Amino acid sequence: MHETLEIRLTVNERSEAVRIEPRETLADVLRERLSLTGTKVSCDAQVCGACTVLVDDLAMSGCTFLAADADGRSVRTVEGLARDGRLSPVQQAFIDHAAFQCGFCTPGMLMAATAILEEHPRPSRDQVVHGLEGNLCRCTGYEPIIEAVLAAADAGTVDEGVAGW
Amino acid sequence: MKRVTTRPTAPSPIGESVPRRDGPTKVTGSATYTVDVELPGMAHAQILRSPYAHARIRSIDAEAARRHPGVVAVVTAQDLPDVNLLYGHAIADHPLIATGKVRFAGEPVVGVIAEDRATAAEALRLIAVDYERLPFVTSVEEALADDAPIIHEEPGEQRSHRGFEEDIERTHPNVCSHSRQAWGDIDAAFEGAHLVVEGEYRYPMCYAYAMEPYTSVASWNEGALTVWSSAQHPYMVRDDLARCFGLPRGAVRVVVPFVGGGYGSKSYTKIEPLTAALALRAGRPVRLALTVDEAILTTRGDAATVRVRSAFDADGHLLGRHGAIHLNTGAYAENSPLVGRKAANRLGGPYRIPALQVDCSTVYTNTGPASSFRGFGAPQVTLAGESQMDEAAELLGLDPLEIRRRNLLDPGERPWPRARGIDADLKADLELAAEALGWDDPLEPGHGRAICMSASDAGSEPITTAMLRVHADGSVTVMVGSTEIGQGSSTVLPQIAAGEMGVPLDSVHLLQSDTGAVSYDRSTGASRTTTLMGLGIQAAASDAREQLVAWARDAVAQNGAPVVEERGGVRVAGTFHDWGSIVRAWFGADAGEVIGRGYLRRSGATAEMPPFWEIGCVGVEVRVDETTGEIDVLTLVTVGDVGAAINPQLVESQDVGAAMMGLGMAIREELVYENGNLLNGNLFDYRVPRTTDVPELRTIVVERGDGVGVYGAKGGGEGSLNPVAAAIANAVYRAAGIRLREAPFTPERVWQALRERDAGR
Repeated sequence: MHETLEIRLTVNERSEAVRIEPRETLADVLRERLSLTGTKVSCDAQVCGACTVLVDDLAMSGCTFLAADADGRSVRTVEGLARDGRLSPVQQAFIDHAAFQCGFCTPGMLMAATAILEEHPRPSRDQVVHGLEGNLCRCTGYEPIIEAVLAAADAGTVDEGVAGW
Repeated sequence: MKRVTTRPTAPSPIGESVPRRDGPTKVTGSATYTVDVELPGMAHAQILRSPYAHARIRSIDAEAARRHPGVVAVVTAQDLPDVNLLYGHAIADHPLIATGKVRFAGEPVVGVIAEDRATAAEALRLIAVDYERLPFVTSVEEALADDAPIIHEEPGEQRSHRGFEEDIERTHPNVCSHSRQAWGDIDAAFEGAHLVVEGEYRYPMCYAYAMEPYTSVASWNEGALTVWSSAQHPYMVRDDLARCFGLPRGAVRVVVPFVGGGYGSKSYTKIEPLTAALALRAGRPVRLALTVDEAILTTRGDAATVRVRSAFDADGHLLGRHGAIHLNTGAYAENSPLVGRKAANRLGGPYRIPALQVDCSTVYTNTGPASSFRGFGAPQVTLAGESQMDEAAELLGLDPLEIRRRNLLDPGERPWPRARGIDADLKADLELAAEALGWDDPLEPGHGRAICMSASDAGSEPITTAMLRVHADGSVTVMVGSTEIGQGSSTVLPQIAAGEMGVPLDSVHLLQSDTGAVSYDRSTGASRTTTLMGLGIQAAASDAREQLVAWARDAVAQNGAPVVEERGGVRVAGTFHDWGSIVRAWFGADAGEVIGRGYLRRSGATAEMPPFWEIGCVGVEVRVDETTGEIDVLTLVTVGDVGAAINPQLVESQDVGAAMMGLGMAIREELVYENGNLLNGNLFDYRVPRTTDVPELRTIVVERGDGVGVYGAKGGGEGSLNPVAAAIANAVYRAAGIRLREAPFTPERVWQALRERDAGR
């Protein structure tokens, strides 16, 4: 048997205690131990951004983030974006702008976009383009995604982001 | 997006940009892909792959792996005496696991099944394989040398009714297939020419990078097999699985959940036979989820060397074109023989050519296998053909647009004898692109513009069935074999059904891509789904309505009162009855349903081949950095000539995505082999376009109702990729005076060409 340890973390505002092997990544734990399969793994090497989740509000690649390092921290995933059955503005904007096709990059793209909008409630196009440079999409050619994020900013971003306008 | 629409109107919601129906599930993370499929008792597989390009396997020692805690089974070819190991779409030359020798670095040699992936990976390290290394070849030139090592000692069985029907003539043991397209008197054409343009053009090995790597889950139950897979063509996979395991087709069920990108790379059978074989020996359900690094080795696009000569008269009219194409198809045929056939067909381009002769050979090499990839031979040959149009224009003193105007096929004109006539107004498309690009506007120094076009014989085969059920409450279930690979079939097909039945879109539900539940569709590829499955659904809807009108006469109309069909139901004696009420009246209960059937084959409107022509028309403006050799694509114009846009927003989305993929392959993407190994088989070193690469986009969607599909629809989604490399090459020539004939046009190659240009001055 391999050595195990217990970590305690908050995932989408829920407290979780999980017994893991030290080699498990955050993406493994979310997908396999917590059944949060919305987070996808593609390149498995921190290049493509498909596995992007927010750890203490910072966008991180779940495929290379060791789960042990998430102990005591707050993790947000695509499953936590909608509140009370209502899509977040950026989720809605992705639908309105057809900002996805196959959808495999979408969870990571949405989390990266959420991080951008939390940092820059009214981002410039340049801020969106550079903020999403680490998230690959092979279907859309990116333009609808960029437009969706800018539109979500206009529509009012998540929670506290709105207050400052 | 600019829309140009002259087609007849279609019933709502056909032609409307309704939101994608898979939106809510895809933005909340609840969409199920194959990697999310969990079965009770499921074990996990990992594959030991060959480190050598070409080697005989002397022995495999897997005892330590078998004893490793947590390992369920270890499987080599020797453990599968009851399985027909050879599969392959056009030619059955591909063992699902290496048998006796390996033909490329990365070929599966041993499968390990364990309780989890990490344990299986540990066990892989305990396996010792003794290889006898053999000489290898990775390029076409090496493979066709007289003393080249032979990759397939015995040719694989050619499969019939798989789209490639030609006799394979092996002029060299490493030739996989050969195709010729020819018409007219080619010698006379060149003898009478005013100008002959000649050149060799190269297109690289590319990787589709579907972000979801190949994944399959297999489960055996009482001799029947169920496989969930990231496959574009579930019915083709079913048939191959039945053949490998000696099962009736009805005993194999292939289910395709959401597919995380395909672009042709998930066409036909990939890892499904291997996964099923592993599950058979494990005695448990097995998931095999490849990594991206493994997926790159599983399928790539065919690299091409295209030698072509084009003959013109003094006015710039094409007289003839002669071509020799070699495709580097890798270790196994897969579907490359058909890619070769199509490459030969497509080198003529969208032009009137009195005489043509093109020979295309696909060639085995010790590299990862190539197969279907978006564009399917067209990007490779369009670089050559469209470069020559600009080269000829310059030598003849013609504007690049003018030489195209003089040669483009007219609507209805047949590109070659017996082919379907062109179902597009190519000259009008060219003018739209020119206007959007600002063709006549002054150019800044160091900038260049170009517009290139292509016409592909697309649509594959019209072999499609559809079922449409109308329930007692009037809601509708549509059942199709087509997959949702991101292209939007799960939105567009219900739109067609709602329009044809005259019911609200919300009342239409789609069940797709499960061979155990829905009826046959040949494939989801070659841009065929909206066009051919659209016709299938239209036929099924018509069949359902016909039955419902008859039922209304039977069960609704009193005393032979006339029944008049209206949108969404019938009118009898002034009263409207919707479809649901007819079902209820006929069964005499709030129960029952009507089943409409649609069948499509080579008959009637779909008798002629190809089913439709897929048009590419792309314009670019570029700037060349003389210091670094970097090409900056500033503006990208796409003309999506799709006949009828069932959902214009999705058409635009397909065109932009296709053009951006073409841009990546034109300027950056290339798989590089050295010493028999893939040097850049990962996403660090194989760089695909990013947000920072997006140029200014100007998109046009054209609907003239000239396609064979519903309301004149025809396929899109590949066309806007095909001419991109050619357009960039021609624009770079105008910007910097250098002629690029080898893609990708990397800064290194451009810089080299700039130095050669300066040295020549």
